[in-house]
Amino acid sequence: MITLYDYELSGNCYKLRLLMSFLGIDHKTVPIDFYPGREHKSEWFLKLNPLGQLPVIEDDGLILRDAQAILVYLASKYDPSGKWYPRDNPALLGEISQWLAFADGITATASAARLHDALFYDFDIDAARAGAHRLFRILDEHLWFGEQQGRDWICSAAHPTIADIACFPYIMLSEEGGIPRQDYPAIRRWCDRVKRIKGFIVMSGVFPAGPARAAA
Amino acid sequence: MAKCSDTVILNLWHPVGAIAEAAPGAVQETVLLEERLSFQVGVDGEPVVWRSRPDARGADQVPAADRLPARGAYGYVWTSLGSPPADLFPIPEYAEPDRRRLNAATFGVNVSAPRAIENFLDMGHFPYVHTDILGAEPHTEVKEYDVEISVDRDEILATRCRFFQPMASTASDGGADVDYVYRVPHPYCSVLYKSSPVDESRRDVIAIFLQPLDQEHVRAHLLLCVLDENSEDKVIKRFQQTIFGQDKPILENQFPKRLPLDPRAETPIRADKSAIAYRRWLSQKGVTYGVIPAAA
Repeated sequence: MITLYDYELSGNCYKLRLLMSFLGIDHKTVPIDFYPGREHKSEWFLKLNPLGQLPVIEDDGLILRDAQAILVYLASKYDPSGKWYPRDNPALLGEISQWLAFADGITATASAARLHDALFYDFDIDAARAGAHRLFRILDEHLWFGEQQGRDWICSAAHPTIADIACFPYIMLSEEGGIPRQDYPAIRRWCDRVKRIKGFIVMSGVFPAGPARAAA
Repeated sequence: MAKCSDTVILNLWHPVGAIAEAAPGAVQETVLLEERLSFQVGVDGEPVVWRSRPDARGADQVPAADRLPARGAYGYVWTSLGSPPADLFPIPEYAEPDRRRLNAATFGVNVSAPRAIENFLDMGHFPYVHTDILGAEPHTEVKEYDVEISVDRDEILATRCRFFQPMASTASDGGADVDYVYRVPHPYCSVLYKSSPVDESRRDVIAIFLQPLDQEHVRAHLLLCVLDENSEDKVIKRFQQTIFGQDKPILENQFPKRLPLDPRAETPIRADKSAIAYRRWLSQKGVTYGVIPAAA
């Protein structure tokens, strides 16, 4: 069985819990005392991931780090529909990779702002917030133009991909870093669509969609 | 925003950090009531707290006259910017040797301290915010409970609180009706007692100690003092962090951020009895910091 080294309040760990829930895969959780215990910097954990970061998974003897890399792995191996990471569609794979990198940018800005405000990390808070707003503006426009063309998701497909999962958590948690989403209506509509995907689960700080419409 | 001039608040003991997370001898920087403070816990466990200054890199460079009142209690360093009482409110259970005593976490929260206390006292949100942990539909009723302001102890006491909880703690093995007692022994601190799943005759103790950074921002220190022989520390902490992480967006979206004390400012329902008593108690004490005082 897949083992996930996990911290409840981590948006990057949540990405994997979310995909595994969408795919209906069981997994085992090893809780890591990220805060206040800093267990991800402990000697035993650094042997698992020398970068000292969550998440990490172990599956069939394979140890893998980095939320985006693990999304690629899990979707490639465990999604029989081939939709979350369509391996036979080069253009779509390129798009997905582009937005996975964008998700890393969201982590570096919106997640950093949240770590600063909630867990007292010594980051430049103004730079983190400004950086997040710049990325949110770009994504909001991209989603808005997509909606005009009948596209509901980040990439050019009629279904969500791992790019949607990778971008979702730290956008949803952005207010905890002092980054409101009022000015990004297309992002808010997209967040609501993500919450209505069958199998959606929450984490602390993320609430389910209202009952206005049945889940797809 | 002006620095605090509320003498009731200035004269209280306030928590500034968990002793377990303060490496012995290392200086920690923090903020209390808009003032920058430094503190250090000695190898003997004794804390020293002072107003931060560039010429003092450690407690040994701070003359006794420049040190603030300081004490260690319940696993935290406490200090005061005024003249604090001789004693801090009691939590006798903390001394019981078979309890697990942990700082679940210290979180920065964009909320006023009184709003955070009110949320801590509220049972009505359990099924909606802590779904399938501290509550679940259709068990949404807050049953009648008792509230008193204890004159001799100068604290609020809510008793006979009962709520159905699917998973009351890490030691639970299923849903149960859980008994609660709430104390508010300090304007910015509250102590909760809830039925222990492992011992019918005793209660788990969970406390929230709020360190006001300013009127609308706190550091929330979460103390656990629970009966659980089996779970690892990090599992017990994770449970409480999960709960608090669910409360956080609710707290941060309260408006107005400061707690209005005018009884007509917000419309309470029967379930808010403890909150009504809390607001009245703050008014009677003359607290002005972190609240919107009632018009005279």
